[in-house]
Amino acid sequence: MSGPAVAGLIAFVGIPFCYAVVLSFYNVRLGSPLEPTFFGVEQYRRLFTDPDLSGPFLRALLNNLTFAVVVVPLQTGLALGLAILLNRKLKAIGLFRSLFFMPVVFPMALVAVIWRLILARSDQGMLNSALDAVSFGHWGAFDWLGDGLTAMASIIVLSVWQGVGFQMVILLAGLQQIPGELYEAAELDRASRWQQFRHVTLPGIRGTLVFVAMLTSVLSFRVFDQVYVLVKGGGLDEDATRTVMYQAVTTAFDQNNIGQASAITVVFFLIVVALTLIQRRVVRPGNED
Amino acid sequence: MSTTTSTGMPRRQPLRRFLDYAVLSVLAFVFALPVIYLFLGSLKPSDEVLDGLSGFLPTHLSFDNYSAVLDALNSDSTGYFWRFMGISLLLAFVVVTGGLFVNSMAAYGLSRLKWRGREAVFTLVLLLMLVPFESVAVPLFYMFNDQRNTLPILALPFIANAFSIYQFHTFFRTIPPSIEEAARIDGAGPWRTFFAIIVPMSKPAFASVAILTFLTQWGSFLWPVLMVSDPSVRPLPLEMSVFQGQLPPDWGQILAFGVLLVLPVLVVFAFFQRWFVQGVASSAVKG
Repeated sequence: MSGPAVAGLIAFVGIPFCYAVVLSFYNVRLGSPLEPTFFGVEQYRRLFTDPDLSGPFLRALLNNLTFAVVVVPLQTGLALGLAILLNRKLKAIGLFRSLFFMPVVFPMALVAVIWRLILARSDQGMLNSALDAVSFGHWGAFDWLGDGLTAMASIIVLSVWQGVGFQMVILLAGLQQIPGELYEAAELDRASRWQQFRHVTLPGIRGTLVFVAMLTSVLSFRVFDQVYVLVKGGGLDEDATRTVMYQAVTTAFDQNNIGQASAITVVFFLIVVALTLIQRRVVRPGNED
Repeated sequence: MSTTTSTGMPRRQPLRRFLDYAVLSVLAFVFALPVIYLFLGSLKPSDEVLDGLSGFLPTHLSFDNYSAVLDALNSDSTGYFWRFMGISLLLAFVVVTGGLFVNSMAAYGLSRLKWRGREAVFTLVLLLMLVPFESVAVPLFYMFNDQRNTLPILALPFIANAFSIYQFHTFFRTIPPSIEEAARIDGAGPWRTFFAIIVPMSKPAFASVAILTFLTQWGSFLWPVLMVSDPSVRPLPLEMSVFQGQLPPDWGQILAFGVLLVLPVLVVFAFFQRWFVQGVASSAVKG
């Protein structure tokens, strides 16, 4: 009974994954008349140390790291704040929960397009004209996506907007597993709201919080869609926002360099596995489930 | 869920309740602005969309942009809007239904039937769950390069799904074994037991896996970028990227396209969000 799915997984995940490792040791190009030749670790050497070729890849790695380092605490913190606000028995609370969750169902290609308008560089762009209004006309037009300094920040903002509802829902479920009696006891002890948060809420969702943070860090290394859409049509600064996956796709697709793209893929996978292993290690002790 | 509120909030604080609503409403409004902008802009003349803060004024509303999109995408060179939509719906249908079938069966075999090698296979599934699609996209692109611009290869890699198997597995483990024993005494084999007894009992699991798969598939972008150049097999999100890149951009039409792209998922979300939220939350908390 397990046959079809397991066969599918082996064919479309297991084999291609092993194949990626193999391809990364070859000089293989798509559509090239030359036979693939064994390359040893040359692809990796080029990615990391070649003065001419390693630039874009190292930049992608750095960009992706920046993205992760900002997004993980920002998005997890925001999701926790929202989850606590929404963990109430208020009228219409379900409506609020749905609202904050809604962007999660938006395809990233569309999210990128909406934010392309909000961040448009003309003085008619939504953000620019809002800043102009609050600064009484002192704000000139700024090219948020096209400027190397703000391009990554723009990608971060739109990604957090789209994704925070997902983490919020997980944290909300974690909060609801904390027994209400703990809060009642804390109230009797005249614990302040902050003390309740510090001594009841935080320990109660520690495991969930770590899980969410690690999930977010894995997801943040998979960033691709929004960068691709905005580079292709939105005037996004490519060098400031290229990510590891963006680099893999352009290397495979635009340069037909399958060997090098496979090496990037392997590096990507090692990062993701390292993060997952850290998560397992951190979550285990505190997780009673 | 217990009947006491999780925060144990007493009734005697109308002010705090008011503040809660105020904070939530302000946040919700800010959060909803991009969505409001999308829907409003899709109904406005194109030159009034990218128009500073008055882009938020509901002026000259009409459905003209929608008919304009359908007219603009209505030839062999641009592709046909309804064909993009049809491709996306077809792929979603195949991946969701095919996935429900094979992954639930796999999970049943791995959780309830006893056979040699079962533990090893389950370990393999758990390991493959760690491999994101991104890390096999390049080799798959190379392996199936002669299949570019064909439909089956757009769906096939996503039907068998380790995470779906895991979700079903988690659910099936909670079904008491006595139920299957009763079926076995009645002479039912594993297939009949599965389809006649286990499947009807597992609606929540099927619902949450279906919704999660549908959402992921509907927004699927990376694989079509690599595999599709021909507009006749292009799914909607990829066409969104192509359509927004036109020069000069026609913002009204682009946003109308966006609304048409998101509408199917919003409808699914509106009707089934309980299952989705439960599915996400429970799998994460237990995971």
